[in-house]
Amino acid sequence: MSQPFRLNKEGLINRNKKIYFTFNGKKLFGYEGDTIASALIANGIHLVGRSFKYHRPRGFFGAGVEEPNAKLQVEFNGHSEPNVNATEMELVEGLSATSQNCWPSVNFDVGAINNFLKMFFPAGFYYKTFMWPKSFWYKIYEPFIRKAAGLGVASIEKDKERYEHKFEYCDLLVTGSGPSGLASAYAAAKNGAKVILAEDKPRFGGTLLTDDVSIDNLSGKDWAEKIITELKSMPNVTVKNRSQVFGYYDHNMLVMFERVSDHLEKKSKFTPRQRLWYIRAKETILSTGSIERPIVFGNNDTPGIFLSAAAKEYMKVYGVLVGKKPLIFTNNDSAYETALEFKKNNVEPIILDTREEHSSELIDEAKSKGIDIRFSHGVIVANGYKKVKSAKIGKLNKDKNSFEKIETVDCDCICVSGFWTPSVHLASQSGNKLKYEEKIDAFIPDKKKQHETSVGAANGSFTLEESLKHGFENGSNLSAKITETKTEISIPNVNEKKYGAHDKFWCMPLPKNENPKRFVDFQNDVSVSDIEIALREGYRSIEHVKRYTTLGMATDQGRTSNLNGLQLVSNIENKIVPEVGHTTFRPPFTPITIGTIVGREVGMEYMPTRKTPMHEWHEKNNAVFVDAGAWKRPRYYKEGNETLFEASKREAKNVRENVGICDVTTLGKIDIKGPDAAEFLNRVYTNAWMKLPIGKARYGLMLREDGIVMDDGTTTRISENHYHMTTTTAQAANVLSHLEYYLQIVWPELNVNVVSTTEQWAGAAIAGPKSRDMLSKLYPDLDVSNEALPFMGYKEAEFFGVPSRIFRISFSGELAYEINVKSDHGMFMWEKMMEVGKEFGNQPYGTEALSTLRIEMGHVAGPELDGRTIPSDVSLNGLVSKKKDFIGKNSLGREAFNVESRQKIVGLIPIDRKSSIPEGSHIVQDQNAKLPNPKLGHVSSSCWSVENNNPFSLAIMKDGKNMIGKKFFAVSPLKNKSIEVEVISSHYVDPEGKRVRS
Amino acid sequence: MLYIKCPYCGLRAQKEFSYGGDATVKRPNINEEVSSEDWDNFVYMRKSPRGKHIELWQHIAGCRQWIKVQRDTATHEIFQTAKVTEEIR
Repeated sequence: MSQPFRLNKEGLINRNKKIYFTFNGKKLFGYEGDTIASALIANGIHLVGRSFKYHRPRGFFGAGVEEPNAKLQVEFNGHSEPNVNATEMELVEGLSATSQNCWPSVNFDVGAINNFLKMFFPAGFYYKTFMWPKSFWYKIYEPFIRKAAGLGVASIEKDKERYEHKFEYCDLLVTGSGPSGLASAYAAAKNGAKVILAEDKPRFGGTLLTDDVSIDNLSGKDWAEKIITELKSMPNVTVKNRSQVFGYYDHNMLVMFERVSDHLEKKSKFTPRQRLWYIRAKETILSTGSIERPIVFGNNDTPGIFLSAAAKEYMKVYGVLVGKKPLIFTNNDSAYETALEFKKNNVEPIILDTREEHSSELIDEAKSKGIDIRFSHGVIVANGYKKVKSAKIGKLNKDKNSFEKIETVDCDCICVSGFWTPSVHLASQSGNKLKYEEKIDAFIPDKKKQHETSVGAANGSFTLEESLKHGFENGSNLSAKITETKTEISIPNVNEKKYGAHDKFWCMPLPKNENPKRFVDFQNDVSVSDIEIALREGYRSIEHVKRYTTLGMATDQGRTSNLNGLQLVSNIENKIVPEVGHTTFRPPFTPITIGTIVGREVGMEYMPTRKTPMHEWHEKNNAVFVDAGAWKRPRYYKEGNETLFEASKREAKNVRENVGICDVTTLGKIDIKGPDAAEFLNRVYTNAWMKLPIGKARYGLMLREDGIVMDDGTTTRISENHYHMTTTTAQAANVLSHLEYYLQIVWPELNVNVVSTTEQWAGAAIAGPKSRDMLSKLYPDLDVSNEALPFMGYKEAEFFGVPSRIFRISFSGELAYEINVKSDHGMFMWEKMMEVGKEFGNQPYGTEALSTLRIEMGHVAGPELDGRTIPSDVSLNGLVSKKKDFIGKNSLGREAFNVESRQKIVGLIPIDRKSSIPEGSHIVQDQNAKLPNPKLGHVSSSCWSVENNNPFSLAIMKDGKNMIGKKFFAVSPLKNKSIEVEVISSHYVDPEGKRVRS
Repeated sequence: MLYIKCPYCGLRAQKEFSYGGDATVKRPNINEEVSSEDWDNFVYMRKSPRGKHIELWQHIAGCRQWIKVQRDTATHEIFQTAKVTEEIR
């Protein structure tokens, strides 16, 4: 197998290692260090895809991030990725690439008919063509557009790779390792600054790898290598290749995408595929270089047409010829370097220069080498469908708007250069307002917005001497301010060729009666005529023109098209480019994988898992868990083939009849200490707290300032100035912040300290008529009688040698206790309870049974305290003190809270005593009423009452207190149910609360 | 992501903080009469300025202190941070 377009020795690839891959099923090889693009070109393959709209044949255009066409579906290392840029993706053994957006194949694509129907696809065609008849939309147009949209196919397989996030801080971040970047990093490193140097490509050096220059008598490439080697040896420097800084965010936060192992055939188990770096830099050097822009001409999208710098890069870096009969079409001197490189490799180029005959260092050299140079010439139209075969070229008149002579020349590639566009994306993202630089016909960064300093080509300086000088100076000055050390560095001697002035020429005119497509944006198939149409139809703002024509959109973000588009608009509008302005530069600079953004936060790592100290016991005893925030709580303990419904009924019934234990560790716990603790609680809670005796608990209700219930729970006075507050599981963090807010900001004069102790205590509730008997066995030496430990009583005692706290509080409405021990003893406590409880018929119960117990008692919880209810709505107005002030009190006087028909909690039972009422059902008068059916309330919580053996629900109902005894319908369109219900009291079981006091 | 200087801990990523609204709002004193209008202004009425804004943040994943931050709501520039007991002018 030979590679017809591979040079014999040029290039930086490793010719000792062949890498085999397939393209559209054909087995090919390249060398280590090739990209997919360079390997395909070496094999003479140029047709790689079809364009988005017209399905025109497309080949490679660039050699890196600027590539608009060569997006492939690539399978490698077990991935299938769409829209992979063939000019960036490195070859890896076994890689398989296929063309996108073509059917049945890239060579014969049925969609290419669009190219011949192009009168039907003008700018904004989707706003026009699919408008009528209206009925066609869903069945014909929409499915058609859906099928035509997008390029590659996203994988539906689970991504098994590992992605990482990394946070890093540095003094100076340098983005790009071209001459100015290397110089900056070097100078800063010498000053002792902590430097990160990021290079998007696999090789460091940027243009130094391809330009014919020398620095201190070393070739550009050797000098770059020398500097990189030295930087790598310095402990204060991090040097990263295959790492693109793609976004500049607030406060000098930059984000970098590192391709860690996509280029590796084998990697160790824990090596991530890609890594996202969040870098907080004190100063940033933007040395992102520039991208060559094309000149627009007829059929300029034909495969075989390249940017001239790309053609040079293929020769110098990959040892690959993009063609053997090249036409070089340029308006400036830089393309002459490409021509000279061809010549060096024994290929005879023809240079078409739009400028009139003149002289410069490079032109003279080309002339002396005998290269055919034709001044005032340009390509009018490229001939050839799947590959350039020839070109119609013309000699321009003095005004460059018509031709003096037209002829056709044979060629197999056209290398085009329309001068250089600084890559100002990062600068613009930092907030820098760009300014238009007339001298280079492009935007460059203006005044600093954050700590960004653009140097070299990114700042519009295109000579090596200037780039190095700026690099060294800025790197040194910026870092010296941080490190307060300044090491003198002598700026090296540079040998480079001087460029002459470029020609402000960017689009070839067309001879009369010729109308080939002239593309401005290849990726979106936007041609000169599309932009003309948009302007003719009244679009003026460049942002609107962009959206109407799709100019500059999609994965390449208009890197090669934006400025030509702007020039076109400004010419037609008779404005200058800065008046037209530019569209917004948005991150990411090039597409990055979703996996990288997500990082490790997938599956079990999506959020932390909080487990109680008794978790393992629950697991071993067939608990089915439910998520309560980050906590895992047992929902029920499954026995045999029980369903959730059966198990929770059994567990709840056992609490009502015997005794059960429940893991209540997850309740929020806050330790409150200080001489003003009672006063503080008195302000935080709606009820009175000044007279709570030591050793007593009290139920408390706290409001937000707007009068809405925030949370409820019990607080116990442990000693004179020491309280133990409990909160609901869900509100624990919010309540702590709430308390801290008032202590730190509103009432700093109160001498109180609060701290979360949720994790410090393991808690178990013992509930049921036999709980006291069980308790007395757990604490044989303690008097647990109703007199010694009454309802809302508190005691501290040893639990089999372990210190513990006993609270006589109840959520289930039964006689109940809560025991807290230090977390480390949680499992011991639980197992002891299970052992001792046997004789009383003790069973563990989960959250489902807990809900049943509290619902039928009419105890409110999260579904009732839903951020919309005030105390009276949930029948807790008895806890609202009239005598004292507290958080939210003033709001309770608001008119809407005091109207006669204010909502209130009620109980609901189905008339048939059988049908369970879905939570969330709406309560309506007439189930058959016309929509919208007036809603009288909603069902907040539902259960199967184990006490009465029928369904029971809690509901928040308008004018609830006057609805008792009435009948309504609870309708749930979601569950397609409508159930006739009767309104009863929310306290369905033990309304007098005798049991908890028994 | 903002970079916020906690007066107690130094420069920390925004991730560690939670936002707490306008820092210039003063709660009416406890146990004192307050007119409905003043109360409504305290509970509900907030300015939404474009530009400089003094706001509260809590260093929730750090020292748990509430702090004052003077920030430009349009550019995110942070001019000054202070303890809640200190003034920002």
